[in-house]
Amino acid sequence: MVLSRIAKVSLATVTILGLGVTTLSADTLSEVQKQGFVKCGVDGGLPGFSEVGSDGIYRGIDVDVCRAVAAATLGDAKKVKYIALNAKERLTALQSGEIDMLSRNTTWTETRDTSLGLNFAGVNYYDGQGFMVTKKLGVKSAKELDGASICLQTGTTTELNVADYFRTNKMKYKLVSYDTNDQVVKAYESGRCDVLTSDQSQLYGLRIKLAKPDESIVLPEVISKEPLGPVVRKGDGRWFDIVRWSFYAMLTAEESGVTSANVDAMLKSDNPDVKRLLGAEGQMGENLGLKKDFAYQIIKQVGNYGESFERTVGQGSPLKIQRGYNALWTNGGLQYAPPFR
Amino acid sequence: MVALLRNQKIRGIIFQLLTVIGLVAFLWYIGANTVANIEQRGIQTGFGFLEGTAGFGIDQSPIPYTEENTHGRVFIVGLLNTMIIAAVGIVFSTIVGLLIGILRLSNNWLIAKLAKAYIDFFRNIPLLLQILFWYNVVLRAMPNPKQSYNFFDTIFINNRGLYFPQPEYNTTFLAILLSFAVAIASASLFNRWANRRKEATGKDFFVLPWGIALFLLLPALAYWIGGAQLHFSFPELRGFNFKGGKVLSPEFLALAFALTIYTATFIAEAVRSGIEAVSHGQKEAAASMGFSPYQSLKLVILPQAIRIAIPPIINQYLNLTKNSSLATAVGYPEIVTVFAGTSLNQVGQAIEIIAMTMLVYLIISLLVSALLNWFNHKMKIKER
Ligand SMILES: N[C@@H](CCC(=O)N[C@@H](CS)C(=O)NCC(=O)O)C(=O)O
Repeated sequence: MVLSRIAKVSLATVTILGLGVTTLSADTLSEVQKQGFVKCGVDGGLPGFSEVGSDGIYRGIDVDVCRAVAAATLGDAKKVKYIALNAKERLTALQSGEIDMLSRNTTWTETRDTSLGLNFAGVNYYDGQGFMVTKKLGVKSAKELDGASICLQTGTTTELNVADYFRTNKMKYKLVSYDTNDQVVKAYESGRCDVLTSDQSQLYGLRIKLAKPDESIVLPEVISKEPLGPVVRKGDGRWFDIVRWSFYAMLTAEESGVTSANVDAMLKSDNPDVKRLLGAEGQMGENLGLKKDFAYQIIKQVGNYGESFERTVGQGSPLKIQRGYNALWTNGGLQYAPPFR
Repeated sequence: MVALLRNQKIRGIIFQLLTVIGLVAFLWYIGANTVANIEQRGIQTGFGFLEGTAGFGIDQSPIPYTEENTHGRVFIVGLLNTMIIAAVGIVFSTIVGLLIGILRLSNNWLIAKLAKAYIDFFRNIPLLLQILFWYNVVLRAMPNPKQSYNFFDTIFINNRGLYFPQPEYNTTFLAILLSFAVAIASASLFNRWANRRKEATGKDFFVLPWGIALFLLLPALAYWIGGAQLHFSFPELRGFNFKGGKVLSPEFLALAFALTIYTATFIAEAVRSGIEAVSHGQKEAAASMGFSPYQSLKLVILPQAIRIAIPPIINQYLNLTKNSSLATAVGYPEIVTVFAGTSLNQVGQAIEIIAMTMLVYLIISLLVSALLNWFNHKMKIKER
């Protein structure tokens, strides 16, 4: 026992010295308030989810979650420091304390939620994995991909799903994997592989960015469930609650018809749901250790979930993705927030 | 007590002791802190993950591997792939480096300048850029499988790699392999005999034709003894890709090529400085004794140059091995890409995985320095 403890500590020491040390605080909220911004890990190059515009501003549905948390905790959605991470780096960056939260199209899985010292705070986009192929191949279904070369990004659920899918369908494939998306797209374009696979939402975004979008099609099969959402470190319950309820505030606002445009008028509403959401009634903000108007600030500065969706990936964006599973439960979708009371 | 402190020797020991204690306490604090953090947040620890199913595929593996194998096997696959790329890089960079290093000292102005240009150019471009260049630029220029460059229907080159026939593994094949080993051994014995004869009688014996004959006749004999059953599996376009034969992937080729070209520049410089370090008088002495330039290079200059050149060359081998981890950029599945990369990401146990990977490189480094010590000892000028 003692020996194994010594071994563990020495192993940790040696490796930490090799990697550089970061100290971790268990009170992320105070930390964030002290530093004056939220350190948010994002992808940074993914159309619709998180992308830096030519004006240097980050935009996307994942970015909006960071902004909501900044609005809730600091009263200003702009007080976010974005840290662009690739798939391989993202979870380690969160574990080691380099970022306060991760909002980078990250799939909620049992392993990630339980064994990595992380917690998923919600699902801001329900996705599934798909395939993109060049039209030249003449393939109409994923079932015809036996023997194909497949390009994908490592460190993702994507590589695990492909392995499962081809094994259960008794097909063979040649794997070509890279750790940046850039290299994946380059390889696909140069013909190193026949197929590019990733979360379906991204395929459409990637397709627009190809030199010749018309020569590729997205196959109809969706082979997995990819609930994407924000992630925080385990062990800081209050911070977890803040991230989760910042997102739920956006959903609740949509459900109650509160938008960034009408939120000031809504302050005078007598609807008790709206009153509680905007802090005119109840203790919602205080319960989280935040100001009464935290949700007001989110809605005012970021908008409700529907607004955010349409602006970033929906009809107001080049991606034009339908709400689908991401519609509110009241419209036949899966997006559902527990009551604000 | 005070008297003890005044004693310089004892004071030295006390201070050193204090430093060591302080350092150990500090390190212990960092380590314990990390372990506490990890345990508090419920991050898995220990090496149990090595027995867990990996769940992801690996494109190139010298041993059988499927996604149902364990992370432990991923480690082995990564390690073997590192060793393969290192071995290939070492062999080719030595050949190229020796050649360039000797050409660099050529009396022909143009050749010497070209060799120098090669060295200056490739040594000063970051290796990562070179790998990406060969991979992205050269790969893009290759045709797709249907339009492969076809050499006699046996060798194909396309953007999926270099395909060539692979002999089937049977007694004939084994016998031929064995015959090459025998040929090498007997040729070197033969050479030694010829040298000794020359020392004794002064008569030259021209070994080359006999050596060539050995390398032709022995395998032919082996083919016949082994049952004359040599079969090849040929690459063939079926469906999306080529099947059959053996393939070297573009990732492997780009990495091997870049490592070779880059490391060869350093080896060439080591060779050059080794030769230049042999004093000019030695060469003149050899010439005045009637040695031909070739004889003087072989018998006088090289034996002395090697002693100086080998240690830096061995260091380059070590560098090459470490540099092979740049493979992550193109996705060749060596240990850093596949174990410290993909496995780490799927199981999240950074401490254990990074420690194991560091250990691999540490062991390689220690082996190389042991080799160097042995070499230096062996090569010490023996005073007679
Ligand atoms: N949702 C999956 C995949 C996430 C992911 O990283 N996807 C890749 C493509 S498959 C990506 O976002 N690439 C964009 C980039 O790195 O810029 C997961 O959490 O593992």
